[in-house]
Amino acid sequence: MDPAIRTGEYFMTGDVACAEGALAAGCRFFAGYPITPATEIAEHMASRLPEVGGTFIQMEDEIASMAAIIGASCAGAKSMTATSGPGFSLMMENIGLAICTETPCVLVNVQRAGPSTGLPTQGAQGDMMQARWGTHGHYEIIALAPSSPQDIFYQTIVAFNLSEVYRSPVLIMTDEMIGHLSERVIIPPKKQIKTVSRPKAKGRKDRFRPYEPGPKGVAPMAIAGEGYNIHVTGLTHDRRGYPVMTVEAQEEMMSGLTGKIRKNLRDIIRTEAYRLDDAEIVIISYGVSARTSLAAVDEAREQGIKAGLLRLITVWPFPEDQIRELAGKIKCFVTVEINLGQVHLEVERCTGGKVPTFLVGHPGGTIIPPERVIDTLKQIL
Amino acid sequence: MNRSDKDSRHPLDDLLRTDRIPHIWCPGCGIGTAFSSCLTAIKESGIDLKKTVMVSGIGCSGRGAGYVKLDSYHTTHGRAIPFATGMKLANPELNVVVFSGDGDLFAIGGNHFIHAARRNVDLTVVCVNNFNYGMTGGQAAPTTPHGVKTTTTPVGNPEAPFNLPLLAYASGAIYVARWTVLHTRDLTESIGEALFKRGFSFVEALAPCPVNYGRRNREKPLDTLKIYQDRTIIKNNAHPTELDVDFDRGVILGKFIDTERPCCTEMYDKTCRPRDLLEEGKAA
Repeated sequence: MDPAIRTGEYFMTGDVACAEGALAAGCRFFAGYPITPATEIAEHMASRLPEVGGTFIQMEDEIASMAAIIGASCAGAKSMTATSGPGFSLMMENIGLAICTETPCVLVNVQRAGPSTGLPTQGAQGDMMQARWGTHGHYEIIALAPSSPQDIFYQTIVAFNLSEVYRSPVLIMTDEMIGHLSERVIIPPKKQIKTVSRPKAKGRKDRFRPYEPGPKGVAPMAIAGEGYNIHVTGLTHDRRGYPVMTVEAQEEMMSGLTGKIRKNLRDIIRTEAYRLDDAEIVIISYGVSARTSLAAVDEAREQGIKAGLLRLITVWPFPEDQIRELAGKIKCFVTVEINLGQVHLEVERCTGGKVPTFLVGHPGGTIIPPERVIDTLKQIL
Repeated sequence: MNRSDKDSRHPLDDLLRTDRIPHIWCPGCGIGTAFSSCLTAIKESGIDLKKTVMVSGIGCSGRGAGYVKLDSYHTTHGRAIPFATGMKLANPELNVVVFSGDGDLFAIGGNHFIHAARRNVDLTVVCVNNFNYGMTGGQAAPTTPHGVKTTTTPVGNPEAPFNLPLLAYASGAIYVARWTVLHTRDLTESIGEALFKRGFSFVEALAPCPVNYGRRNREKPLDTLKIYQDRTIIKNNAHPTELDVDFDRGVILGKFIDTERPCCTEMYDKTCRPRDLLEEGKAA
């Protein structure tokens, strides 16, 4: 039996399920710093990793945690960190390093209400745009938003797989409610868990070019100690990995970095449709708010309102095509999220003015009750 | 004079990315000398080069990783040490050398330095201390001596500088040495010793920055080297509290600390891993 996969049925919190998902995905290095409401992920990894041959380290801050997981990944380990708003802000610069150097790693943000120290023990979904644009420069990022402890277990595995396949940091944008919610979680047998690893470097060591794109536009990755003598830098670099300070090099590197995500949207983007077939009003939601929305859809249907839900599992890259296609068929969109309109603006952008868009938002600290969504639906009609 | 290709080869070419030369360092800069010492030490040590990596931060010295023909990582400003910590912990077989500058390691990266030393992470940290931020044009650093002119201390530095060996010692480093780039043999020897230490070792290399530091302080490149010759005192095993950088009084060089204590990964394995797993590891 693989001690990393605790096959069975449990009653566990989202934070613990996230840690178990990481272990099942093959994560063997965790660096983190205590922060509410993400601390339990670090605590669980601290006790579990040494049992499975992995390493846990509590770093001196979140900057160091992010740097350490990138270093660990360059040394061959699947690695992860977990934090919340203030720590997420501190990790931004090194997220850019992972993007630029194409280093796989997973970062969990158990969101709490901000800005600043905000409401440390109370959840929100206010960091969604920070996930999209928080580090400097233009980039593409993958961010997932699980809606239950069971979902976070699975999405953490998906996050590791996507990070390995696309050699990109992947963000799990969960929230305090899901992180601290205890529910039934089924951990399946090992053979049912599909894990993948980064494309490996092959061929003559003296001729290897670390950023020569392979299938899907992703270059095979040489690991420290394999003898490829690679150079890895956050400076703009060419396919040899060497810094090149020219506009042309910037264009080529950026086209590769953004292209590997933009050209594989179908493989990356995951959504879940609920009662969408004949829906006239489509609710867009994610994370804990998707649960609010699910209840609201059922209640609305009871009252004769043709509502449906598109749950975003992948929030970034944004499912633009799907929203555009829906915009041609329905009466309006309603976005439900615990912020004052972040994904809402993305929905509005994608509709191109074809249909009205509404927001059921909240500044954070509590879940949105389904009644508020119903009230909005009634007002729209 | 005709020189064949063979003659023009540098003795360290096998450790250099020759296709990236010329380097960016200015004439008279001391980083190249410190870098040569570091590469010579690595080469002469006989350690497995395939398992040896160099990690740098940002700055002139931080470009070191870009010129060495090893697996080499040029990271973010100040974060070479936590990056290197992740590498070493994920694969303890790697020999991890951090080569970076004083501003990178001790201003923006100061917190990481003290914690890596406290944990005794098995890293060899070589700090080229040129007393200022060279790459951005000569600003004050946490190592800039009191009274010295830089672009951000135009009438003289009002602050006191760090005593880096004292900081390393107080934080728990098991090997601490300081030399100048004029003392290349000693510097090379110290880096060589540091490579074989199991734990956090620190070598400070004082180096001239004539273009930014020297120019503003009426110190020509050769003047600096002359100061390194005349106003330094070699005193091995000197107590770290004696090591303030004050060239008027004389700057002490030498090997100050060379001790042993269990390193980070040893302590982790012993304390955190289940017994049966350790036994299995030993059996395998």
